[in-house]
Amino acid sequence: MPSPETLAQLGVIGFTFFMLLNSAAVLVYMERKVAAFVQQRYGPYLVGPRGLLQPLADIIKLMFKEELRPKAADPLLFYAAPILSAIAAFAAFSVVPFGADTDFFGLLDRKIPLAPADVNVGLLVIFAVTSMGVYGIVLAGWSSNSKYSLLGGLRSSAQMISYEISYGLSFATVIMLAGSLSLGDIVDQQAGTWFGFLPKWYLFLQPVGFLIFLIAGVAETNRAPFDFPEAEQELVAGYHTEYSSMSFALFFLAEYVNMVTVSAVATDLFLGGWHGPWLPEYLGWIWFLAKVGFLLFFYIWMRWTLPRYRYDQLMEFGWKWLLPIAVINLLVTAFAVAWWGF
Amino acid sequence: MPDPTLNSYLMLSAVLFAIGTAGIFLRRNLITILLSIEIMLNAVNLTFVAVDRYLGATDGQIIVFFVMTVAAAEAAVGLALVIALFRHKATLSPDAFTTLKW
Amino acid sequence: MDAMLFWVLATIAVTASLLVIAQRNPMYSVLLLIVSFAALSGLYVLLQAPFVAVIQIIIYAGAIMVLFLFVVMLLNIPTEEPTLERRWATGAGPRRFGAVLSAVLAAELYWAISSIQKTDLPAGVPETTVKDIGVRLFSEYSFAFELTSVLILVAMVGSIIIARKEPPRDHA
Repeated sequence: MPSPETLAQLGVIGFTFFMLLNSAAVLVYMERKVAAFVQQRYGPYLVGPRGLLQPLADIIKLMFKEELRPKAADPLLFYAAPILSAIAAFAAFSVVPFGADTDFFGLLDRKIPLAPADVNVGLLVIFAVTSMGVYGIVLAGWSSNSKYSLLGGLRSSAQMISYEISYGLSFATVIMLAGSLSLGDIVDQQAGTWFGFLPKWYLFLQPVGFLIFLIAGVAETNRAPFDFPEAEQELVAGYHTEYSSMSFALFFLAEYVNMVTVSAVATDLFLGGWHGPWLPEYLGWIWFLAKVGFLLFFYIWMRWTLPRYRYDQLMEFGWKWLLPIAVINLLVTAFAVAWWGF
Repeated sequence: MPDPTLNSYLMLSAVLFAIGTAGIFLRRNLITILLSIEIMLNAVNLTFVAVDRYLGATDGQIIVFFVMTVAAAEAAVGLALVIALFRHKATLSPDAFTTLKW
Repeated sequence: MDAMLFWVLATIAVTASLLVIAQRNPMYSVLLLIVSFAALSGLYVLLQAPFVAVIQIIIYAGAIMVLFLFVVMLLNIPTEEPTLERRWATGAGPRRFGAVLSAVLAAELYWAISSIQKTDLPAGVPETTVKDIGVRLFSEYSFAFELTSVLILVAMVGSIIIARKEPPRDHA
């Protein structure tokens, strides 16, 4: 019989997985409602009260659609690609803590972190798994054996690997400030306030880093305004043109879970994670949810407000502007940490 | 099931190295030859890290860091060469390039 | 538990590598090599080297293999064609000779390793933190570190020049 801590940890893992799946459903609803209000219309309101059961209807519809595969598509790779995307999306969340270490009000002997796993090299694990997410898209584009898919897949993966560098450099600055790669440690460094009211978030120490992280994160998840590779008007639907039914749902799921992961990591790194005023430590996850929710709202708001970047503008921005700014930010932070001991 | 010893790690590394060597001899496709070179480099990395663990040092892991960097540079240049060669002769078999004429 | 993980990961690594060199389709070879790298990364974690494990995924599986994949996709490499006319280099004879040489290499390595006495790995070794590696990398090995940055720059510039299309000739 494994120890109660192991069982509790397994419970946390299962709970996180379950909540990520639910979050994708919630995001489907949120996206459609926010888009509707931005465009001055109602959005879904028929299914369930205020349209709340719309995601359920969407999922049932997707399950009943026919699963098509083009004849010339490579069957193994065609079905493996969405699975790979979804795996990478979920695995990236496995080192993100969403609450303080807890012993469930004394039920356990020692505290366990509220994360599926809180490893010492957590931040690098997120980076590694995000790099693996590129493969789902590349394989989808290639195995569909169709020109729209191939172009969309290549462009999308080139975009993702270009913005990965700025992504990594922006959290290198946080690592320098915090002195640790473990996300739990980084959040703990952000507890407390300065002068009694300004929380000690790294957002205030690293505003440029936060901006770079968000921009690179949006580009990594292929969301607007960087969603040229899957834009309907340009490329039919890019790398998921040939997919239908549950494979398409898996890509959709992977995209939303990636959004949640980027928001959650940004919250942990820059917005102080689960620390916040007025609530006791063990209710910190409420603050976490609020911050992640705000960042997700920001994501959706950006999509329906900003026009799309053209592909060459997007690549030029990533290499010629974002990367030098990220490097300069890193240098300035390094000086500040070395000379003033932040 | 016995615990893995240093010998088992070295053995695994030797097997991977031999597989990489066999790949270079047997395959007639430039990309697969490059992949076999990567297999050999990985086998060497495994040796370094295993001996590191045995000795309790960290030098091996730093050498692995450098090996990976050099492997990345070598893969980039190798693939650039493959692209240039393919553009010229539209084949990836190394036998098409046996004469020293371009 | 450790032992079982070692045998599972070792089997995956060896099988994937064998399939890499046995596969005809280059796309499958690249993907199988990624599987092999992931298994090796697991072995590094078992060897208490988490930093090396993670950078193995980031650099090898996440960057180098993406490069290979792009080249395979863009060049639209067909599955390997049968051997060309030059029998002296590619015929069955020389290839069998190459295979025999590799088997000889494997046998020699086996003999060399089995003549080492059975050495156990010391237990209770803590995992190597990133801080240890960072401190040594930037103090003792700083020269090599700077050299690798020059190496990467040279490789980038070189590969761009080698792979670019011929610039149009100036008309005299």
